[in-house]
Amino acid sequence: MKNLLNKPLKKHPDFRHTTTIDQVGVLERTSRITKRSIKNEAKMQGLKMALNMIDLTTLEGADTDQKVRQMCNKAKNLHVSSIKLPTTAAVCVYPSLVKTAKKEVEGSGVKVAAVATAFPSGQAPLDVKLADTKFAVSEGADEIDMVISRGRFHQGEYNYVYDEICAIKEACGKARLKVILETGELGSLDKVRKASDIAMYAGADFIKTSTGKISPAATMPVTYVMLQAIRDFYTQHNIMVGMKPAGGISTAKVALHYLIMVKEVLGEQWLNNNWFRFGASRLANDVLMQIEKQLSGAYQSADYFSKD
Amino acid sequence: MAKKSKHTSWDLSPAPESTGHVDIKKKYDLFIDGKFVKPKSGKYFNTINPASEQVLSSVAHANEADVDRAVKAARKASGPWQKLSRKERAKYIYRIARLIQERAKEFAVIESLDGGKPIRESRDVDVPLAANHFFYTAGWADKLEYAFPNRKFAPYGVAGQIIPWNFPLLMAAWKIAPALATGNTVVLKPAETTPLTALKLAELIQDADLPPGVVNIITGEGDTGAAIVNHKDIDKIAFTGSTGVGKIIRKAIAGTKKKATLELGGKAANIICEDATIDQAVEGIVNGIYFNQGHVCCAGSRLFVQESVYDEVLEKLKFRIESLVVGDPLDKNTDIGAINSKEQLHTIEKYIKAGKAEGAIMYQNNCDLPSKGFWCRPTLFTNVSQSSKIVQEEIFGPVLAIQTFRTIAEVISKANNTPYGLSAGVWTDKGSKIFNLSSQMNAGVVWANTYNKFDPASPFGGYKESGIGREGGLHGLQAYLKF
Repeated sequence: MKNLLNKPLKKHPDFRHTTTIDQVGVLERTSRITKRSIKNEAKMQGLKMALNMIDLTTLEGADTDQKVRQMCNKAKNLHVSSIKLPTTAAVCVYPSLVKTAKKEVEGSGVKVAAVATAFPSGQAPLDVKLADTKFAVSEGADEIDMVISRGRFHQGEYNYVYDEICAIKEACGKARLKVILETGELGSLDKVRKASDIAMYAGADFIKTSTGKISPAATMPVTYVMLQAIRDFYTQHNIMVGMKPAGGISTAKVALHYLIMVKEVLGEQWLNNNWFRFGASRLANDVLMQIEKQLSGAYQSADYFSKD
Repeated sequence: MAKKSKHTSWDLSPAPESTGHVDIKKKYDLFIDGKFVKPKSGKYFNTINPASEQVLSSVAHANEADVDRAVKAARKASGPWQKLSRKERAKYIYRIARLIQERAKEFAVIESLDGGKPIRESRDVDVPLAANHFFYTAGWADKLEYAFPNRKFAPYGVAGQIIPWNFPLLMAAWKIAPALATGNTVVLKPAETTPLTALKLAELIQDADLPPGVVNIITGEGDTGAAIVNHKDIDKIAFTGSTGVGKIIRKAIAGTKKKATLELGGKAANIICEDATIDQAVEGIVNGIYFNQGHVCCAGSRLFVQESVYDEVLEKLKFRIESLVVGDPLDKNTDIGAINSKEQLHTIEKYIKAGKAEGAIMYQNNCDLPSKGFWCRPTLFTNVSQSSKIVQEEIFGPVLAIQTFRTIAEVISKANNTPYGLSAGVWTDKGSKIFNLSSQMNAGVVWANTYNKFDPASPFGGYKESGIGREGGLHGLQAYLKF
């Protein structure tokens, strides 16, 4: 676990000048990725991989202990199938429900991720965000999903954003840190790239697209730009950073295209849940349905798949 | 330090496009005067699938007598076709466009079978663009007086058209559509290695009820092409192909009434400035040189990278090349298909050998190649200079030669230092640099921050030894009218 933790790089570039992005070129590239055709064994392997990369998520004001427990059970036992299915990578909940989740997934290998830092808006003072983070970690969270201060970012206070992430990273201790850029609020791919760079230099273990509370959430062009940022960071510093697109990915077909994108942009060493996650609540059942279709040759009713 | 995690490989399973719906006859005759007729030569030749070396069909080899017959049919049809109202002519062209769309899948599969290009390209580029060319010119056919206001014009009469093997159907569309829209009749010869989609187009033209003789499609080899060029009753020659043959044609028609548009070779400069968006530029490099196995006259075969970003571009380019899938053209995941013919493969291999002999450093991707068929891995050369053979001559294959530059003035002079002048690419985030560079390129087409984009409304053609005249857009129509 220890060597999966990144550290902030104190020597960082001037964030006012980061790599620029050509949106037209990005759209062309991602549309080409969607033309990849994933069939038979490759499809089965991809579907299982996708299941094992899901952060099964519930982030509602109305979440209860019981709801979280049921979701944890789903994460451990996705479906009764004729083949052995993997578990999801993690469950993702609010800090107040970490303890419940932790107890429920114990021994299963499923991690508990907590959204912290005044999720989803991030509109709180740093000490509140730090307290929020420390609470989640003390409750047993394995991973922290933080949000960046988008307001400060748009004001051009890039070093503030960097320092804030560094501080949260320190508060995380042994928990891995996912930094949510909330790309739906950033406005351009240039800014997505800039925010990715800031997060990675500040020690992010993962960079993540969205909270799921803002539309658009994860899109292929945004994810592509973030993957390129990860690749450049790896080339320059030999440090791997994970990627988590979240929100809006609800079908197996789309998930497979994301995996192809990871394979072609970063390479196969990123194709496991140490380095790639899907933040999703609905994706699992569509993937399960596709797996059963691959096994039996026919689609089954959605009623055969549990909705927890 | 990041942990080196163990990972299993995730390879794509085969995803071949089906061929069950495709109808290829065992034997094709010549399409003359609205009918398929046996060649007077009595000769046939085989066309093969370059990915499997299997014979697909046997097609007629037209001799001088056959060409004469086709030209006579075109001449006979010319008068009535010119007299037909422009609106009626437009209707026929629209009909052809719609029929191509309806049969798009079959055309795409045959194009890939006969020519070796990936189905992704024939499906997404060749066939839709071919239909678009007919749609575009159909739109102008009854509005020519608005296209060329206050001018008197008339069609030439009979056009002899000779097309290459790299975009067989698309080139047929580029040639036939403007000729018909302006009231000309046509004798068209497809390339000997890729005659099938042109013959399918002949069937489609029959189904479209085009008056007999307006379009005649005859197959054959070099001698057939020569017979078309030298035929006395042809008014206009339109040729796309090599600069060598282009020169022969120009000599042959010197001193005759024949007009010509020639679309010849190229050795385009693709220029990456240090302020370019590097990742997208790398895509543009790949699209520029590896599109259609590099069998593209406007391919970005000479890459110029500004020194300060050279290492980054090269590293990213090598990494990107690794994810290109080389193999079965009918597989939907294939990025690079088969080389069009054994002959062309030999030409490419000869250049690769010459590059190595001149001290250039070669890099290729590491993929496996199928055991049968004609294949060439995506290849790039560094350590080359303007004097290298692989920089000077058109290779027409997936082979890229990379040079660096320091100043803009230097790259302009190097980019223009070629007998060709068909196309160029410029990559920079700075608008003023785009205007400066593109206005100084001696090239018919300059793409900025993109590459290999085609549109029926945009004229295409070259300077210097890349040809004479323009195809596409209003310029393309103008080339079929006398004023």
